[in-house]
Amino acid sequence: MTSPDEVLQGLYDETLVGNAPRVLELTEEGLALGMEPQSLLFDALIPSLEEVGARFERGDFFVPEMLIAGRAMAGAMERLRPLLAETGVETVGKFLMGTVKGDVHDIGKNLVNIMLEGAGFEVIDLGVQVAPEKFVAAIEEHQPDIVGFSAFLTTTMPMFKANMNALEKAGMRDQVIVMVGGAPVTQEYADAVGADGYAADASATVKRAKALLHEKRSKVPA
Amino acid sequence: MTQTHETVLRSASREVVIGHGRRFCLIGERINPTGRKIFQEQLRAGDLSAIERDVKAQVEGGADVLDVNMGVPLTDEPELLAKAVQLVQTLTDLPICIDSSVVEALEAGLSVYQGRALVNSITAEDDRMEAILPLVKKYDAAVIALPNDHDEIPMEWEKRLDLVDKIVRVATEEYGIAKADLVIDPLAMPIGADTGNSLVTFEAMRQIRDRHGLNMTCGASNVSFGMPDRHTLGAAWLPMAMTAGLTSAIMDTRTPQVVEAVKAADVFLDHDEWGMAWISAHRAKAAASA
Repeated sequence: MTSPDEVLQGLYDETLVGNAPRVLELTEEGLALGMEPQSLLFDALIPSLEEVGARFERGDFFVPEMLIAGRAMAGAMERLRPLLAETGVETVGKFLMGTVKGDVHDIGKNLVNIMLEGAGFEVIDLGVQVAPEKFVAAIEEHQPDIVGFSAFLTTTMPMFKANMNALEKAGMRDQVIVMVGGAPVTQEYADAVGADGYAADASATVKRAKALLHEKRSKVPA
Repeated sequence: MTQTHETVLRSASREVVIGHGRRFCLIGERINPTGRKIFQEQLRAGDLSAIERDVKAQVEGGADVLDVNMGVPLTDEPELLAKAVQLVQTLTDLPICIDSSVVEALEAGLSVYQGRALVNSITAEDDRMEAILPLVKKYDAAVIALPNDHDEIPMEWEKRLDLVDKIVRVATEEYGIAKADLVIDPLAMPIGADTGNSLVTFEAMRQIRDRHGLNMTCGASNVSFGMPDRHTLGAAWLPMAMTAGLTSAIMDTRTPQVVEAVKAADVFLDHDEWGMAWISAHRAKAAASA
């Protein structure tokens, strides 16, 4: 019989190497032992994915390793999410993500999604080639705290501005925090298009997103 | 066997032909400020001197054609691209691949170009074809076409083939562009994202060659994105792609390991008669190190 500590250690280790079937098995074992879903999440899955992110940033981990670790965690999350909702554990925030119209690059965006989910965000990914009106409709539908625009090309970066204009026009600019990112994007460019936040990489995005949320929430009286 | 097509590119004084059965065409990719902050700042300040260094490096590395991209955010890209095209033509007699997704920039580059350019690029999207194919016709150029549309990059080769069919039909029937002047980019996706990606791309290449006989190019460095030892992967991937029908690639020719792998594949695929180019390159290298 596996002990709770062994479950946590196993979840951590198997997420780190992206062993999705084993992570799901261990999640079931933990639940069968009566462990709290939030313990599985915060004591094993999230720390493991943070370690994956740290290794990636140091250059010790490569893209496929990050992707399979993210997939392993996503499998466990699918099982845990309804249970977490039942026990009233709230997500850190809701993040709507998409690569701008005209741009089909999604690896960077997907890595950011993994890190955001690993940090406890609920991520809704609209995929690539997302037109301004599609962002507007999705914000309407999902009411996210933050919307993220990703662009990999200097030639598609101007879509940030088009998206901002669409948000203004729809009268929803003030209800959502806007973050932009992607290989050619700079803080200067983010400022020029009027975004609320920019981050250079996946883990910086998580930090910036949390800070922006905190800022916004502390402004709004409870 | 389908008839294969030859794409003829020219500068003011030199002709380069891309074709199946010919030596692989290396399109040097480095004259591009994407992701290079210092280069971008220089270009913004009107300083084009870095271009000279990049052109020299790509030519010395063995480029047959040079890709020129001036995508600098917050600048007048048409003006910058026109200037860069003119400058590059004073530095080298290699033909140019004019690279932008801004239609006005493509037109500005084409209008000052001396010779027969390659335009980079269109997709199967109606608005892109409508905007750019008339320019290709007007300036008598060739064009790179990517089989993706508004919705997606298809991950099945069958869907990519459908989009290639569409591009060929629209370009030839509606705009009077010769099949020889269509160079398809079969979309080389990073294997780091999915190790099945290259098999799809290779099959798309075989189908495009066998059904249409079209020339093909692609951003070869993309395949190894996110992986370690990228040059080794590139040096293995390109000969495999050449076997499947790839006839050129947009790549950094400063990497001898990758360039030499391509030249070796040219020998084995009988693109280099009696290996004479391979032997001359060997002699030149021996003479240089003597």
